[in-house]
Amino acid sequence: MQRTVFKSRWLPYLLVAPQLAVTVLFFFWPAVKSLQLSVYRVSPFGDRSTFVGLENFTKLLADPDYYASVLNSFLFAGGVTALSVLGSLVLAGLATQKIRGLAVYRTLLLWPYGIAPAVAGIIFLFIFHPAYGILPYLLSFVTAYEFNWLLKGWVAMSLVIVATAWTHLGYNIAFYIAGLLAIPASVIEAADVDGAGPLRRFTAIVFPLVSPITFYLVVLNMVFAFFESFGVIDAVTKGGPGQATEIMVYKLYKDGFIGLNLGSSGAQSVILMAIVIGLTVLQFRFAEKKVTYR
Amino acid sequence: MPQTKTCRWSAAAVLFLVAALLLVPGPAFAKTEIHLWHALTGQLGESVNGLVKQFNESQSEYEVKPLRKGNYSETLTAAIAAYRQRQAPHIVQVFEVGTQTMMLSGAVLPVYQLMKEQEMTVDWKDFIAPVVGYYSKDGNLYSMPFNSSTPILYYNKDAFQKAGLDPNKPPQTWKQMEDYSKKLIASGTAKCGFSTAWPSWIQVENMHALHDQPFATRRNGFDGVDVQLLINREFGVKHLTQLAAWQKDGIFSYGGRMGTADPKFLSGDCGMYMHSSALIGGFTKGAKFKWGTAQLPHYGAPYKRATSIIGGATLWVMKGKPAAENRGTARFLKFISDTNQQMWWHVTTGYLAISNSAVKNLETAQHFKRNPDQFTAFAQLTKGTATPNSQGLRLGNFVQIRDVIESEMENIFAGKKSAKQGLDDAVAKSNDILKEFAAANKP
Amino acid sequence: MSAVGTTQLERARVRVHAADAPRRRRARGGGLLVHTLLIACIAVVVFPLYFAFIVSTQDLQQVVQRPPRLLPSTHLLDNYAEAWRRASMGRMLFNSAVMAVTIAVGKIAISMLSAFAIVYFNFRGRTLCFWMIFITLMLPVPVRLMSTYEVIGTLGWLNSYEGLTIPLMASATATFLFRQFYLTVPNEMVEAAQLDGAGPLRFLWGFLLPLSWANIAALFVVLFIFGWNQYLWPLMITNTEAMRTVVIGLEQLIPRSGTELPTWNLIMAGAMMALLPPVAVIIFMQRWFVKGLVESDK
Repeated sequence: MQRTVFKSRWLPYLLVAPQLAVTVLFFFWPAVKSLQLSVYRVSPFGDRSTFVGLENFTKLLADPDYYASVLNSFLFAGGVTALSVLGSLVLAGLATQKIRGLAVYRTLLLWPYGIAPAVAGIIFLFIFHPAYGILPYLLSFVTAYEFNWLLKGWVAMSLVIVATAWTHLGYNIAFYIAGLLAIPASVIEAADVDGAGPLRRFTAIVFPLVSPITFYLVVLNMVFAFFESFGVIDAVTKGGPGQATEIMVYKLYKDGFIGLNLGSSGAQSVILMAIVIGLTVLQFRFAEKKVTYR
Repeated sequence: MPQTKTCRWSAAAVLFLVAALLLVPGPAFAKTEIHLWHALTGQLGESVNGLVKQFNESQSEYEVKPLRKGNYSETLTAAIAAYRQRQAPHIVQVFEVGTQTMMLSGAVLPVYQLMKEQEMTVDWKDFIAPVVGYYSKDGNLYSMPFNSSTPILYYNKDAFQKAGLDPNKPPQTWKQMEDYSKKLIASGTAKCGFSTAWPSWIQVENMHALHDQPFATRRNGFDGVDVQLLINREFGVKHLTQLAAWQKDGIFSYGGRMGTADPKFLSGDCGMYMHSSALIGGFTKGAKFKWGTAQLPHYGAPYKRATSIIGGATLWVMKGKPAAENRGTARFLKFISDTNQQMWWHVTTGYLAISNSAVKNLETAQHFKRNPDQFTAFAQLTKGTATPNSQGLRLGNFVQIRDVIESEMENIFAGKKSAKQGLDDAVAKSNDILKEFAAANKP
Repeated sequence: MSAVGTTQLERARVRVHAADAPRRRRARGGGLLVHTLLIACIAVVVFPLYFAFIVSTQDLQQVVQRPPRLLPSTHLLDNYAEAWRRASMGRMLFNSAVMAVTIAVGKIAISMLSAFAIVYFNFRGRTLCFWMIFITLMLPVPVRLMSTYEVIGTLGWLNSYEGLTIPLMASATATFLFRQFYLTVPNEMVEAAQLDGAGPLRFLWGFLLPLSWANIAALFVVLFIFGWNQYLWPLMITNTEAMRTVVIGLEQLIPRSGTELPTWNLIMAGAMMALLPPVAVIIFMQRWFVKGLVESDK
C-alpha cells in the first residue's frame, strides 16, 4: 500500500539527525572500538598495547569459567522468566475474575515494576541474610539445613532469581490482565455450558488464547534477564559464592573494570554482540512467520 | 530605590569596591590545589578529611582536596581512566594488591624520587620494616604508606568466661584454637568456634607468611614478573584441609569474603574471629560484650614463627604534574608521615602508625597500656623473625588472583573440592593470570 | 525495556476492547475464594517491601534481634535523616530525577522525530537510516561497556549529566513503537491534513501528537523507570558523590570493605527512598501505562 508522504528536501534529514548522531557516537563508534579492543592486549594505563589476533577469544573459549558464566546466564534468565511469567499469569488470572476492586488489586500488583532490580536485590539480600534474614529464620523451624547463600551456590542463585522475578511481575501482569480481559465473555460462557470446570477452562481456552502474550513475555523476560541484570548481581552477590552467580555480563565488567583486562573484556563484548544479533535476527524471522491473530 | 544622584553614586562605589575585592586575587585565593582520591567511607572518610584539614591549616600555599571516588577498585579504575584523559589527581590511594600494577605502570612518580626532586629529607629508616618493605623496590620507597593494618585474632571474653576458659589467656596455637572452640560449643556458649574475614588475605597470604612459607616464587614476586604461586604445597593443603574439616564439624564457620562474617562474631555466634586490626574501633562501638585481641594462631613446630604481612592502602603520586604542584604533594606526604600526625592517625582510626618514633611516643604516652589491643598488631609485625617469605607479596593482577583463591576456598569449604584439588585449580588459574600480566607489562 | 522484545510487541498486536471494566462473568460461587487467594498472593508479593519498611524504622539492636519484629518501630525519622545525611540522598535523588526525566523526555522526542521522518517522507538514504537505527537494538549497554566509557572520556563527559543521559537515549525501542503507531494512521487523514494546507510539522504537532498521548504516557513511565533504575551505567560514569544516582548511593551504603559494620536499618531507609519515586510514577500513571503498553483499537 502506498503511503501518503510529505515532500521536503531537508526536513527529514533534520528530523533523523539527532537520533543518528547519538547512534553513531554511542553505538557504532563503541562497537567498533570493542572489536578493536578485543584483538589487543592492553596494559591497564593504556601505555602499552600489542596486537594479539584472536588470542583473547581462544583464551576465553578455553576457559571453563567462561562456559560457567554462559550457563549461569541461561540458568538465571530461565529461572527469572519461568517464575515471573507463570506467577504473573496466575496473579492476572485471579485479578480478572468477576470481582470488585480490580483497579485496587491491579495497582497493588503493578508497583513492584518500579523497583530497581538492584534495590530489590538489596531488600532480598537482607531477607535471605544468613545471620539476620527472616527467611532462614523461618526455614530453621522447618529444617536444619543451613540456607547460607554465602556458601551454597544454589541459594545465592535463587536469591537473585527471586529478587529479579519479583520486579518483573508488574510488567507481565499488566500485559496478562489486558490480554485476559480481551477474551470475549461469550467464549468463556460457551465453555461453561459445555460443563468445563475452571481448570479445564483455563488450559483449553484461556491459555492458548493468551499464548501470543506468553510468547512475547517469555522473550522479553529472557532477554532482559540475560543482558540487563548487572545491577542485581553487583548489588547482592558480586558473582559469588565461587562463581555461582557470575553471569556473562558480570564477568565482562569484572574482567574489564576490576581485573583491568581490557582485551578479554572487549572479546566478551564481541561475543555478546554476536548473541544479541543472532537473537534479534531469529526473533524477527520467527515473528514474521507468525500468524497475526485477530 | 535611591533616586538622588548621591545615592546612586554611593551604590555604584560600593558595587565597584565589592567587585574589586572579588576580582583582585588576594593571598587567600591563590592556594594551589592538590587533589587526593581515596576510598574510605564513614568514620574513616571523615578522619581523612580531618587529617587533610590539619595540613591545610598548617600552611597557606597548598590546599589538599580529598575526594572519595568509590571503593578501592573503583578508585583505581577512575584514576587510570583519568590518567588516560590527562586528568589524573595528584595523589591516589591504592590498595596493597594494586602495588605491582602501579609500580610497573609508568604512570607514577615514586615517592623517594619525589622527595629527592623536592629536596625534602624523610627518615626512611624510621619506618616500620614490614610496612616499608612491602612498598619498596631496591630499597627505595615507591608509595607512601597511609592506612596499614594486619590481621589479628579477636575473641569474646564473656563467652570464654562462660565456657570455663580463662578470658585473659587467648589461644596461641591452632591446636588451642580447636580445643577452645570445642569447649565453647560444648558449653553451649557459642554455635561455632571461630570465623574469619578476608579469607585469602588472612588464611592463605598471612598464614603462609606467619609460618615462613613462600606464597609465590621469585621471593613472593619481589624479584620479577615471571612468578608462579606456591600455595598448593604441603602447608597450604594442610591448613585448608584442616579448615574444611573444621567447617564440617562446626568449629569453623565460613562467613563470606571481605567483612561479611562480622555479624557472626558480633552476635556471639562465633566465639573467636580473625580480622584486620583496623576493626578495633568498629568493634569497640558494635560489640555488646567484653572482647580482647591476640596474635594469629600458629601451628608450632616444625614451622618457624615469622611475622604477618600488612594490608590496607598507600598513597601514590601520579606523574605529569608541574613541579610547583609536586612540591605541595611532597609537603603533604611529609606532613602525614611526621610523628605527631602518625600518632593522631593511629589513635583516631586504629590503623598502624608506621614510624618507630610514633610507636615509641605512643608507648611513652601509655597509649598501649590503655589500649592493649592496639599493640597486638604492632607486636605481630615487629616481634617475630622477619624472613623473605614474610616481607609481603608483589603480584600483578592480584585482585583477580585473590578472587580466584577465594572462589576455590569457597568450593573447598562447601565440600565441592578437596583442599588439594581446589588449591591446584587456584594455582593453575592464577599462574595464567600472572602470565597475562607479565606479557602485558613487558618493559 | 528490552530492545528485542519490543519489536515482538509490534508483531503481537494485542487488541484491547475494554481495558478497564471488569468482565461480567457468571458468578461461580468462588468469589470469596478468589478474593482470599488474591489477598494471600498480594500479601506475599508485598511482604518484602513491608518488611523493608519495618526494618527502616528500627534501630540496629532491633534489626539483629531474633525473632524478627514485624511491626514498625519508632526510629523512622532518625533513620531516614541519617541515611539522607550519610549518603547525601538529597543530591542523589536530584541526580536520579534529572537522569530519569531527561532520558524519558529526550528519548521520546528524538524517537518521535525520527519515526515521523522515516514513515512520512521518502528521502534518499531512508532505508539506510532505518537499518542504522534498527541495529542499535542489538547493542545493549553491557556489550559496548568499556568502549563507550572511553568515548565518554574522550568527549569529556565523564561524571556529567550529559554522560549519564545521552548515551542511554538512542536505542531504537521507542522509535519502533512510534513507527508502528504511525503506520496505523490511515492515509486519508494525512491527505486531509495536506488538503487543509498543513505542513508536515503542523501535522505532527497538531494531529499525531494528540493521537498518541496514551503511547507517549506509557513510554514515559517505562523510560522514567528505566532511567531511574539504571545501575551499571551511572556506576561506571560517575566518580564523585555529587553526581551519583540514588540506586548507586544505596549500594554504597552497604560497606563491603570489612572495616565498617552494615547498618541495615539505614540501608532499608535508603532503599525506601530510592524506590518511592518510580513506584509513585507507576501508581499515578498506571491507567495510561496499561493502556499504552498494549495497542488500542482505533
